[in-house]
Amino acid sequence: MSSSSGQAMLKLDAVEAWYGSIQALKGITLEVNEGEIISLIGSNGAGKTTTMKTIHGLMKPKAGRIEYLGRDTAKISTQELVQMGMAQSPEGRRVFPKMTVLENLEMGAFQREDQSEVASDIEDIYEMFPRLRERKEQKAGLMSGGEQQMLAMGRALMARPRLLLLDEPSMGLAPLVIQQIFDIIVEINRKGTTVLLVEQNANVALAISHRAYVLETGTVVLEGTGKELLASDAVRKAYLGE
Amino acid sequence: MSAAQKQVVIDRTGQLFGCFVLLSLFIVAAKDPATFVGQTTIGITNGALLALIALGYTMVYGIIELINFAHADVFMMGSMLGMQLIVSMGVSAQSGVFAKGAIIVVGLVICMVACALINVAIEKIAYKPLRNAPPLAPLITAIGMSFILANLAQKIWGPSQVSVPDLIGNGSIAGVRIKDIVVIMVTAPLLVGLTWFVTNTRQGKAMRATAQDQGAAAIMGIDVNRTISLTFLLGGLLAGASGVLYALVNTTTVWNAGFKNGLFAFTAAVLGGIGNLRGAVIGALLIGLIQAYSAAYVGDRWTDVVIFSILVMVLVFRPTGLLGEQEITRA
Ligand SMILES: Nc1ncnc2c1ncn2[C@@H]1O[C@H](COP(=O)(O)OP(=O)(O)OP(=O)(O)O)[C@@H](O)[C@H]1O
Ligand SMILES: [Mg+2]
Repeated sequence: MSSSSGQAMLKLDAVEAWYGSIQALKGITLEVNEGEIISLIGSNGAGKTTTMKTIHGLMKPKAGRIEYLGRDTAKISTQELVQMGMAQSPEGRRVFPKMTVLENLEMGAFQREDQSEVASDIEDIYEMFPRLRERKEQKAGLMSGGEQQMLAMGRALMARPRLLLLDEPSMGLAPLVIQQIFDIIVEINRKGTTVLLVEQNANVALAISHRAYVLETGTVVLEGTGKELLASDAVRKAYLGE
Repeated sequence: MSAAQKQVVIDRTGQLFGCFVLLSLFIVAAKDPATFVGQTTIGITNGALLALIALGYTMVYGIIELINFAHADVFMMGSMLGMQLIVSMGVSAQSGVFAKGAIIVVGLVICMVACALINVAIEKIAYKPLRNAPPLAPLITAIGMSFILANLAQKIWGPSQVSVPDLIGNGSIAGVRIKDIVVIMVTAPLLVGLTWFVTNTRQGKAMRATAQDQGAAAIMGIDVNRTISLTFLLGGLLAGASGVLYALVNTTTVWNAGFKNGLFAFTAAVLGGIGNLRGAVIGALLIGLIQAYSAAYVGDRWTDVVIFSILVMVLVFRPTGLLGEQEITRA
């Protein structure tokens, strides 16, 4: 919308996904345009994480179609998607516990061709999260939850993503740090990265999103601009606790 | 007493016991230094051969949490293929030094590659399809693969001991057997090379990342399947080297050579802390030395008892192994 160029970067069309005999996604249709911040909100078990995994090729959809940069992703592996600029900070952080902060950041750049620029990008991440610089030689598994969250995000940024998938980046963080993380998301987006954001913290997420989708038991039940959804009664009742 | 305090007491007791053993060794060494040095080099050689096998167990466990029972039989295959190659090429104890040296080098390379391929094939055929099955399924398949390889070897090379031409001989330099020198000369660079590979190369980093969190590794764009194959490949290379050296040092091998050596190597991996590469090497050297000292000072019959008692004690008192770190996972 506002800052989009109109070109859909990512398109999901009636995507269904199953865990064994449990259907987690029952036909998700959504679109992310270049330059946008898009939020997925919804209660626990709605299928937000499953949507992220399916987009990233970590799960194969049983039905429906996903298009990234104009290509059907059915036959594209996660490695290739990463090479095509898709990076993720997964739910639960998932930092490499026995590697140092620095090594974790290096892992984020694993698929990059330009390894010579990795060192300067790590500097940029340290500028963004000074705490990571102080802790750079520490094993990631020994960091606090908030520090690990910063690391997971820094690690995803090390891929120099075109599309950044963030699954609950504010989980377990103090309010002050949440604000900081969201400022950084806006900043990253302004520099040209498209962001797909999953958040429980609907208030803050909607405030920075161009558009958003509300998921419920595996389907999209509502969509609109961040402002529209913030103002919608249904959303206020269900997700903002009012 | 808290659990941590208890662990400290147990560790101190263990260290005290270790000191006692060292002291006894010191006394017997002072009495008869020549025997002691001889046993020590034999112990290091045994340990080096076990280390090469133990690394395969520990790397595979580290990456897919599977005890690859077939690994011992890959080692056995290495010893059989090495023997076959030497015999087929017509090289014997009477051949010239150059021919013997060449067949050792070429045999090592060929058998290492062959064992690597066998190990990779085992993973592809027997374990990969069970990646998402309950852990008992691949474990049973691993035991099955072990039987298949052992029986295959029995079919090809017969049920009794097969003798291997004694290419190295029983000479010694400055009191150290040439056999021990050859083993060390082959093993040391392999261990250094492996360590370097795992710590410094891109693929090595992919291995470590996959071992720590497979899902997160995939998200980084790491090809998890290829990384697992690579792990089996490296384990197979080392097992192949160990097999050939084993055949050369003992001048004999047999279809079930993998059984006891595999068990000792696995014990070494557990002793050092399974999943820990450095631990596997240290564990293997310890077991090799215990084997040699107990054969000389306690009696050969007791070797197995001593080694497996140590395994049981480690499992009971220090389940993470000697070098096993406290789990650092904060969910
Ligand atoms: N590995 C799994 N095996 C079986 N079922 C699963 C698995 N992961 C998720 N599910 C189920 O799929 C549904 C969607 O889960 P998902 O993790 O996508 O929800 P979510 O919207 O991310 O929830 P949350 O806000 O709690 O993170 C849930 O009903 C969940 O129980
Ligand atoms: Mg989730």
